[in-house]
Amino acid sequence: MKRDWSRRRLVGGGLAALTVPALAPAVVRAQVRLDITRGVVEPIPIAVSPFAGDDPSLRDTGLAVAELVTANLERSGLFRVIDRMAYIQDPESLRETPRFAEWRPINAQALVTGVVSRPGGGDRLVIEFRLWDVFSGSQMRGLRYDLAADGWRRVGHQIADVVYERITGEPGYFDTKIVYVSQSGPKTRRVKRIAIMDQDGANHRFLTDGGDLVLTPQIAPDGRRIAYFVLRTPNPRIMLMDLASGRSAELGQFPGMSFTPRFAPDGNQMLLTIAAGGKSDIFAFDQAARRTTQLTRTGAIDTSPSFSPDGARIVFNSDRGGSPHLYTMNRDGSNVQRISFERGQYGSPAWSPRGDMIAFTRITGGFFHIGVMEPNGANERLITRSAFDENPSWAPNGRHIIFTRENPQQDRTRLFTIDSTGHNLREVATPLDASDPAWSSLLP
Amino acid sequence: MTSLRLALPALLLLLAACASTPEDEVGGAAAGSGGFGNGAPGSATELGSDADFGMENDVFGSAVPGTPEDFEINVGDRVFFAFDSSTLDADARSTLDRQAAWLQQFREITVTMEGHTDERGTREYNLALGERRATAATNYLVALGVDPGRILTISYGEERPVDPGNDETAYRQNRRAVTVINLVN
Repeated sequence: MKRDWSRRRLVGGGLAALTVPALAPAVVRAQVRLDITRGVVEPIPIAVSPFAGDDPSLRDTGLAVAELVTANLERSGLFRVIDRMAYIQDPESLRETPRFAEWRPINAQALVTGVVSRPGGGDRLVIEFRLWDVFSGSQMRGLRYDLAADGWRRVGHQIADVVYERITGEPGYFDTKIVYVSQSGPKTRRVKRIAIMDQDGANHRFLTDGGDLVLTPQIAPDGRRIAYFVLRTPNPRIMLMDLASGRSAELGQFPGMSFTPRFAPDGNQMLLTIAAGGKSDIFAFDQAARRTTQLTRTGAIDTSPSFSPDGARIVFNSDRGGSPHLYTMNRDGSNVQRISFERGQYGSPAWSPRGDMIAFTRITGGFFHIGVMEPNGANERLITRSAFDENPSWAPNGRHIIFTRENPQQDRTRLFTIDSTGHNLREVATPLDASDPAWSSLLP
Repeated sequence: MTSLRLALPALLLLLAACASTPEDEVGGAAAGSGGFGNGAPGSATELGSDADFGMENDVFGSAVPGTPEDFEINVGDRVFFAFDSSTLDADARSTLDRQAAWLQQFREITVTMEGHTDERGTREYNLALGERRATAATNYLVALGVDPGRILTISYGEERPVDPGNDETAYRQNRRAVTVINLVN
């Protein structure tokens, strides 16, 4: 099944990406294409050469970019990057059209090459990269980035995204952030801090100091603001932080405990839960108009809302049927449908950014699972199982999921990623224990 | 306004002591449920010697009336719930009956009703469930005549367990509503 993906913008964040002309005429249409719509995927073999450079410092950057692209592609589970020791052609000679005959024997189906330069000896760098189809001997993509010297990581992620998209046909997800709760101290008195990092763990930064008990951070679609819950006596509240300034302000005044902040795709509307008088209901809050609208009113617990990517529907958690299950409704609260029916307790649903699936937590048989189902509840599959797996959050391409896993034997709580297929489980390294991850959109 | 919990270590010690007595139901062994206020159990001496966290009296059961220590030891500051439930059972109602009587005796005192859950359930659902538990306990006190303006409810969800364990014994202690006496600055 092919989907019609809108191509993402490559120009932004001060990083100008220009298409560079092919070094060799494209003789045939590129053949390298990975079909990732099947359940189990054989990773595609690809070579990523260190990028060339005129001096040792530029070559160091060129090597670092190639290693970052390599790590991203490997971690996706969809690529097998061939060991550099097997490469015959050196980076400098790859400034010209590759000698494809030297790449075919190691079975590289695609090849990434590049050059790092410092035009005019100034402060800025130019990184040029090309993606080659080895078997047809043609250039698939060529892009030039103009960047500040410390911008190479971001460019590396964007290059990996271009490679991922060109070969899999789906948008990439490497130029993204993850916001989460860092935790330390004994379980009865955990110290929790909001932290943010690149999706590969780099550029890690704590955003709160641990003085407040903070939970469930979310990052706005524009990547510039964080919403999170502060459990402070006597008034627990949702805070909104501007990432550039680090300043936080209360989202608004609500009649009861407000929690579970969620951004709508438009970045203005928010969903939240307000608990009062033993009832928890879902409300929409328009940040521009400062207007609150109640969406559920059953007297039950209605919480953990998540917007569909078009903003038209909402999936949420409710125990209105006696135990916690998943329901969907229109954005105005109408047309409620129950979508989970199996045994156990369901919770923390997350609508996939491409709209075709809902990830959730299900507790059954003494285990916590991450599962996925279609928005109408069809084809439920549990893709993880452990003592405590919860809080799934989707990468922006709707293929990879990050979640919390607690290991009670070791008293460790860590972040893991897994494909929605149930394959490719990987731990995400964090300085301290970690929970409540939320994946950003592709950065603007 | 801050909350005072000076006697919590003593309470934990008390629970630990009770857990070693097989015939005691753990759920019913909360401070103040049953005989603790009426007569000294065998562990009274040991408890008294440890429970000197700022208490003026270190003899079990004789804390100054109207103090948080008096409330925690002689009345019982917490009630327990079944899994995913906010129903008050007979033990819980009996504890709340004593709480209401005590609060009617010391009418200047205000309290914070904290709702807590065990760790089974998602973090967000448990915040909602904790609120429902705190409200259930609050409503019971209000029905007995306690002015609702004296009670602030808050949910901690699964964030503040008293027992860090991962078994039913621990979970039973953690599914609770705790009435905390507010200290006026």
